[in-house]
Amino acid sequence: MANVPKDLKYTREHEWAKQEGDRVRVGITAYAQEQLGDVVFVELPKVGAKVTASKNFGVVESVKAVSDLFAPISGEVVEVNGELAQKPETVNQDPYGKGWMLVVKPSSKGEWDQLLTAQQYEELIAQGGH
Amino acid sequence: MSATPLKRTPLYAEHVAAGARMVPFGGWEMPVQYTGIVEEHRTTRTSVGLFDVSHMGEFEVEGAGAVAALQYLTTNDVAALQVGQIQYSVLCYDNGTIVDDLTVYRIADDRYMITVNAGNIDKDWAHVTKSTAHMKDARWRNASEGTGLVAVQGPKAEALVGRLADRDVTAIGYYRFERGNVGDVPTLISRTGYTGEDGFELYAPADGTAQLWKALLRAGRAEGAAPVGLGARDTLRLEMKYALYGNDIDETTNALEAGLGWVVKPAKGDFIGREALEKVRTAGVRRRLVGIEMVDKAVARHGYLVKKDGHDTGIVTSGSYGPSVDKYIGIAYVETRLAAVGTALEVEIRGQGKAAQVVRTPFYPSKVKKAS
Repeated sequence: MANVPKDLKYTREHEWAKQEGDRVRVGITAYAQEQLGDVVFVELPKVGAKVTASKNFGVVESVKAVSDLFAPISGEVVEVNGELAQKPETVNQDPYGKGWMLVVKPSSKGEWDQLLTAQQYEELIAQGGH
Repeated sequence: MSATPLKRTPLYAEHVAAGARMVPFGGWEMPVQYTGIVEEHRTTRTSVGLFDVSHMGEFEVEGAGAVAALQYLTTNDVAALQVGQIQYSVLCYDNGTIVDDLTVYRIADDRYMITVNAGNIDKDWAHVTKSTAHMKDARWRNASEGTGLVAVQGPKAEALVGRLADRDVTAIGYYRFERGNVGDVPTLISRTGYTGEDGFELYAPADGTAQLWKALLRAGRAEGAAPVGLGARDTLRLEMKYALYGNDIDETTNALEAGLGWVVKPAKGDFIGREALEKVRTAGVRRRLVGIEMVDKAVARHGYLVKKDGHDTGIVTSGSYGPSVDKYIGIAYVETRLAAVGTALEVEIRGQGKAAQVVRTPFYPSKVKKAS
């Protein structure tokens, strides 16, 4: 079973979200990177872009497939992990650490509570991830 | 989607036990990867990879009319084949488009085997038997079900197969074969492959294929031999610009625009598609299959549009990351005037034109043992 850290929140599309003060760091889960296989390309928005909860904010591509990335919460992108352009494999190696993708300044508070808890996300992936 | 259950090769249980991720491919349940596509790709380039390609189809044709039947069906000159020799070739429709690509083995004076793509077995069987029904003394047999096939590819392939074989496999030249035992399993040892590496494809009886596979893994493990799935098979062949049926060639592409003119031999006499291909050759091809490399950071994929100065000029047929060239590479049909190496193009990716250029192929230098 893939690692699901208890202190994070999750989307049904396999992104994680971490509260850091008034900001939220975003990446994809260990389960997601396992399912994708070798990540060879990541396309992310620029700093200053607006993202919307449950809407596509970028793509991650493995050798075989293209997958959309979905924002856990709405807000403004304040940081982007530029390292992933050169080293997309970091997403496989350290999905919850160096493989982070965005830091977002949320524009609404209510969305956080609608994200899945670690336990709910574990149940989702135990059922095959759908 | 069809409800037909997926077929399994004689190595299905081995793949599952090894933890492979199994996916549907051309009607078969096949391993796409074991440990990871990039790692398996590198294993093949640096050591030796074992590929289950038992899903491929094998037909035999026998009789005094076998050579005439194959001359009529295929584009290459079968009369040039000696016993023990193999030829790459194409089956065409009357209009010169492609039924399948294949290899032709001359097993004996009046006996040949052809190896066809897994997803095309039923279509090809109908095509070859119907198209030659009027011809005499050519008896066809579909040996696909009873035949397993293991590809052993990489710089250490010769040493590995050599250790397990009852003969000197170094003496088998490129696109030649011999019969012999490997790991005590009777095989046809064919010096061919789909990776650009030296190596062999070992045809074995279906009920001996698991024994052969296990013997190869056991004997090669110490020097890094490992099973390789269809994912890496695809990136390996992409780096060589080997065409994949269903991606780069199909019933809508003709053999000449696909760059397969080197196996189209009209001088040999009549064959299906000859007249159409001669017309294309005279008029010149409208488009060409070329290798492209992304200049902008982006991944070209099958089906993406190719543009020049904003206008449509072609289509990507294969594309991915090439682990051994460390670039995003692809294969695309482009208008003939834009096919020269160095031509700047754009690939439309998620609505944006990304810079690409036509490059020399293969993308990665071939290591096959051509001189023999």
